[in-house]
Amino acid sequence: MKFIDEYRDSRLARGLACRIAQRSTKTITLMEFCGGHTHAILRHGIRQLVPRTVEMRSGPGCPVCVTATADLDKAIALARLPEVIITTFGDIMRVPGSCSSLQKERANGADVRVVYSTVDALEFARANPERPVIFIGIGFETTAPTIAAAILRAHKERIENFHVLSLNKLTPQVMKALLDAGEIKLDGIICPGHVSVIIGSHPYEFIPRDYRVACAISGFEPLDILLCIDTLVEQIERGEPAVEIAYARGVKPEGNKRARQLMEGVFETCEADWRGIGVVPGSGLRLRAEYRRLDADKAFSVNVAPPREIMGCRCGDIIRGSATPLECELFTKACTPETPVGPCMVSGEGACAAYYQYGVPPDLPGA
Amino acid sequence: MNDSVLLAHGSGGRLSHELVERMFLPFLANPALNKLDDSATFEASGRLAFTTDSYVVNPVFFPGGDIGRLAVCGTVNDLAMTGARPLYLSLSAIIEEGFLISELERIVQSVKKATEEAEVSIIAGDTKVVDRGHADRLFLTTSGIGLVPPGVDISGANARPGDKVLLSGTIGDHGIAVMSQREGLRFAVTLESDCAPLNGLVRQMLEVSSRIHCLRDPTRGGLATTLNELARQSKVSMVIQEAEIPVKEEVRAACELLGLDPLHVANEGKMVAVVDRADSDRILVAMRQDPYGREAAIIGEVAEEHPGKVVMKTKLGPSRIVDMLSGELLPRIC
Repeated sequence: MKFIDEYRDSRLARGLACRIAQRSTKTITLMEFCGGHTHAILRHGIRQLVPRTVEMRSGPGCPVCVTATADLDKAIALARLPEVIITTFGDIMRVPGSCSSLQKERANGADVRVVYSTVDALEFARANPERPVIFIGIGFETTAPTIAAAILRAHKERIENFHVLSLNKLTPQVMKALLDAGEIKLDGIICPGHVSVIIGSHPYEFIPRDYRVACAISGFEPLDILLCIDTLVEQIERGEPAVEIAYARGVKPEGNKRARQLMEGVFETCEADWRGIGVVPGSGLRLRAEYRRLDADKAFSVNVAPPREIMGCRCGDIIRGSATPLECELFTKACTPETPVGPCMVSGEGACAAYYQYGVPPDLPGA
Repeated sequence: MNDSVLLAHGSGGRLSHELVERMFLPFLANPALNKLDDSATFEASGRLAFTTDSYVVNPVFFPGGDIGRLAVCGTVNDLAMTGARPLYLSLSAIIEEGFLISELERIVQSVKKATEEAEVSIIAGDTKVVDRGHADRLFLTTSGIGLVPPGVDISGANARPGDKVLLSGTIGDHGIAVMSQREGLRFAVTLESDCAPLNGLVRQMLEVSSRIHCLRDPTRGGLATTLNELARQSKVSMVIQEAEIPVKEEVRAACELLGLDPLHVANEGKMVAVVDRADSDRILVAMRQDPYGREAAIIGEVAEEHPGKVVMKTKLGPSRIVDMLSGELLPRIC
């Protein structure tokens, strides 16, 4: 087993594509919630393998993209405080806020460090005890447990200068908000793989029950995604929407209990502001009262002017799945990976970045 | 001699002389350099190639090489990519105060070894020492002069529809080997940088064919960036086959882990050649006979449609665009 080749086998992929084409009679719309899926789909050319009856839309599953401008502005304001060290995952550095970005602040002298894990951020705090170290906590249920673990450790070891700006968001809650809005008619959802490793399959059960929308959890390799599409098409054709796991090697129905306990022990739910979607009740995570000391929101007060959204940028529509990057006037013109206007062009999980990087002109062979 | 480089080593006085005479001259000695005149002189006739590059790799020692080997190979390769036979290099070092003399010696020895392998001489040089914190340990700059053999016309603008695209070996080795050593990212790989001089390989190719149109070494930005550059410069498209591109298992695994595309990862001893299709098999055979071309492969061809684009047929069958690397937050590599 090499764990990559087996899941990229072209013969099996063609077989699955054939099966999907045979099954599919209705014209349907599927949403891949996760930006990682959007990238894998375009990178491997999966859209060209599925029949034209299956339309695919990108969803809000890109943590950087859904971070509201107001929250970015707050992170930028924190970076401007004297002595503060901001630690963050790489992508968010380049996302434009109302009038700056963390990258620009760094160029102007702010101390902003990119880390690969929350543990590294904690190490910075330990190594610089005289300076406040703020970790910008973005991500879904995937990153929340590791952030929770860092908070617990900082609490236990009394690392007084470590703080978290908690911008973490929850997946099932925003799916509900999208379905309630009813802006686009979805037949099925490709549910996120890594998030589901943590939360399991049960939290999605309201979707087929209350909205009659099919759900299947997918891994990130081409065969995983094709298998997931096949599962969804079968559910939809039979008229029996359900939640199925098409990523059995990663996801158990009950998820990862220990990670969830960590998360639930440190965080409580709160409303959260999503770019393009707005405030969604119960979709955010904030630190519980006993960890208040570590909460950057409580420990620092910064004045942030009301956010200014960028004219013409359709990231909000793209996040909701109501537009594709190709429908944005700025796409590839004013907005490119070098000069991103909106977050969907910045992030490694953003839909615009994926379309830009892998986009297939319609007249190419195989398109 | 002191254990580490002092600011005084850059003063121009006694310590500066000592540094040059004890650290550089013994290893790099040749008649032109030994004179220690303000500039080196040499005879040359024919079409000359001239290039320069700076090297700022972090860490300075990495599996399979170091900044010294990199500085020689990088400039030698830039010369070789025009078909030139590299002759002479210059070497400038900007050293951060406190850099260990023992490490500097290792690096100069590595420079010596690489120049011997590439059959070039360093005939001019300079050292500067800067305050601690004003440079990241050691920066090297090399410039090089080479002689282009008569009849050779190799340029990024020369690719023509129908040409074959050859790659000299596996991609991403250097970038992943360097990244595996970096603070905050350390992971264990049994992988070495591919850092190597390619002038011998180019010479062998030129011996079997006069219809080599473009040569380029895919360094920073990786194979994807190089192919895009060639497509734009020649106003053609490159159509490549994912299945034909050699990638080591370790590189693929590390890329999956880090969310990188091997097509975007740096190389320091690899080359893309765009050649007339009639000669492509013969050139491939010649490449495979060289130690640095053993895993050479034909990875695609040049087409007329979609000028400026690189199209890749994925392993699953469909095609997609391959874009240049755009300024993402990859740690610095070279």
